Amino acid sequence: MSATPILEIKDLHVEVEGKEILKGVNLVVNAGEVHALMGRNGSGKSTLSYTLMGHPRYVVTKGSVKYRGEDLLALSTDERARKGMYLAFQYPVAIPGVSVSNFLRSTVKARRAVDIPVKEFRKELKEAMAKLGVKDEFLSRYVNDGFSGGEKKRLEILQMALLKPEMALLDETDSGLDIDALRTVAEGINALANKDNALLLITHYQRMLDYVSPGFVHVMQAGQIVKSGGSELAKELEAQGYDWVTKELASSGSSK
Amino acid sequence: MVAELTRDEMLHNVKADYKYGFHMGEEDYAFKSGKGLTREIVTQISKMKNEPEWMLKYRLKALEIFLKKPMPTWGNSQMLGDIDFENIHYFVRATEKQGRDWEDVPEGIKKTFDRLGIPEAERKFLAGVTAQYESEVVYHSIREDLEKQGVVFLDMDSGLREHEEIVRKHFGTVIPAADNKFSALNSAVWSGGSFVWVPEGVKVEIPLQAYFRINTENMGQFERTLIIAEPGSYVHYIEGCTAPTYSSDSLHSAVVELIAKPGAHIRYTTIQNWSNNVYNLVTKRAVAEAGAKVEWVDGNLGSKLTMKYPSIYLMGPKAHGEVLSIAFAGEGQHQDAGAKMVHFAPDTSSIIVSKSISKDGGRTSYRGLVKVYPGADNVKSSVKCDALLMDEESRSDTYPTMEIDEKDVTIEHEASVSKVGEDQLFYLMSRGLTQDEATTMIVNGFFEPFTKELPLEYAVELNRLIALNMEGSVG
Repeated sequence: MSATPILEIKDLHVEVEGKEILKGVNLVVNAGEVHALMGRNGSGKSTLSYTLMGHPRYVVTKGSVKYRGEDLLALSTDERARKGMYLAFQYPVAIPGVSVSNFLRSTVKARRAVDIPVKEFRKELKEAMAKLGVKDEFLSRYVNDGFSGGEKKRLEILQMALLKPEMALLDETDSGLDIDALRTVAEGINALANKDNALLLITHYQRMLDYVSPGFVHVMQAGQIVKSGGSELAKELEAQGYDWVTKELASSGSSK
Repeated sequence: MVAELTRDEMLHNVKADYKYGFHMGEEDYAFKSGKGLTREIVTQISKMKNEPEWMLKYRLKALEIFLKKPMPTWGNSQMLGDIDFENIHYFVRATEKQGRDWEDVPEGIKKTFDRLGIPEAERKFLAGVTAQYESEVVYHSIREDLEKQGVVFLDMDSGLREHEEIVRKHFGTVIPAADNKFSALNSAVWSGGSFVWVPEGVKVEIPLQAYFRINTENMGQFERTLIIAEPGSYVHYIEGCTAPTYSSDSLHSAVVELIAKPGAHIRYTTIQNWSNNVYNLVTKRAVAEAGAKVEWVDGNLGSKLTMKYPSIYLMGPKAHGEVLSIAFAGEGQHQDAGAKMVHFAPDTSSIIVSKSISKDGGRTSYRGLVKVYPGADNVKSSVKCDALLMDEESRSDTYPTMEIDEKDVTIEHEASVSKVGEDQLFYLMSRGLTQDEATTMIVNGFFEPFTKELPLEYAVELNRLIALNMEGSVG
């Protein structure tokens, strides 16, 4: 019998403004694993990530989610974060007037539940920034305010490096990045994966997966995970498109 | 080698141990006038201060004006109507003696100042301290280099005694007693405040600071400040106020006059945090002569009702005026604040930036005027008002008035009202910040254009006050 999974999603149903988006999602993620969740726009991928992080607009109507054996849905968003859940946003919002350095220090303090001396924190920060190729001037800018797409994604990964999550959800982290930025960000993600944590990469392209190799690939369609496999599944999807999954499911009669 | 801390790091490295709303237990008053306002009380105030006859006459004339003038019809008539002028002490003297060295300051007062951090502040970068306790200045020091520069920085009472001619020439010239009901009241019963005179060409490098406190129940505080910057000089004056909470209403009605002579530059920074039963009805006005520059940096927290519209009269060509203000209104509070820019001369320019937050049913109003007189061509003026609402119950209104009697002018006006966004809160909370912490961070960010203009310790204090005001808020 293996250890308790980090994340265990059972028959999850979620509504947004009265409309059911997730219709029975099942997924188990263990420590040390990297999963990819693929699917078309509108299939429910981002809904799953927002729900797992506890956005108030996403209402769970049925099912359960356990985080290290604990009922995740009973926790507030900030409690989830402090326990090690992390969401790298597809579209992170701007917080005008709040400097990146102040923001990072406050969140790291919240996550670690200890006050870190300013100079110690700065040293750690500089190291993490160097690895991601983030310039010093970044720190005095306001959070995501006037950032390019690539800068926003780098900040999301920089936060991840500092917060050291146990379960990281990366929502379309590859979108809007040129190839160099993609490589840097992917290297950052790889450097953070270890045997004690787990990653769930949400994407509808293969290209991120050329750099970050997932052991598990899932295909989402109409609010359900309809097919799971190893990394070869991602390549098949890339070659044949999502229609292939739809057709295959129809012929085997396993859909629904 | 690790560098020194940046301002940003220091600002956000603050332990939230700040407490306001305290008051000292044992208070010794050398003198406390009876309640209410009569010719006798006004005469007594003047006599006790050994004032010259002209000042007594000025006070008595102002009293007549006050009694005749109707209440303002703007702002908040209902709240104004609740003021009971008969139930106020118009003059309280905390101690007979003025301390110049810290050691001379009486022990009870020292404790209050200790809690406000004055001695430490002084060690760091105070140029001179004029801390107003009750109606009068008890502690006052000026560093030697200031004295060598010939800068005068006194409480107003001493200013009148020691520099009577300068005072007589300028006092009430910017804000006459008859300007409005509350300037008349102040002119009749004023006590304390600061007097600053900067000689021609002198740049005062370090900000002059004053702390004001109200500490007696039902006591009105009527400080009177006059700052005169001779041609080509520069001075930055700062006052910060905290007040303890009391059960019945207090009245604070100050008059502040600034005179920037040709090419002079005055910056006046205020953070006010009155307890939520104080009426804060203040008249602040500056004149800027040719090529002069005046800036009001004005932060209003607390009080029951604030009515304050710092004004700049741009009298000479190329004069420039700026008002940068924030207002925070919580439950039962109304911040009616704004700015006035009056362009009398060509090539003058002005900027107004006003930011306000309303929470728990609080109300903020921006009330502003930009006026351009005929002949004042090539005027540039920009007005920007941003309001942030924390909940559905709170309210924000904008009353901008433009009176433009000249064609060749450039006037810009922008106004926005926004709510604290669900997505901003979610983003910050997804990083582990509680809802209160997340809200405070968003609010601090909103005020940042103001905060960054403050010296560090004031910025720190402001952030603490905001954090306290945000406690228990529901976004």
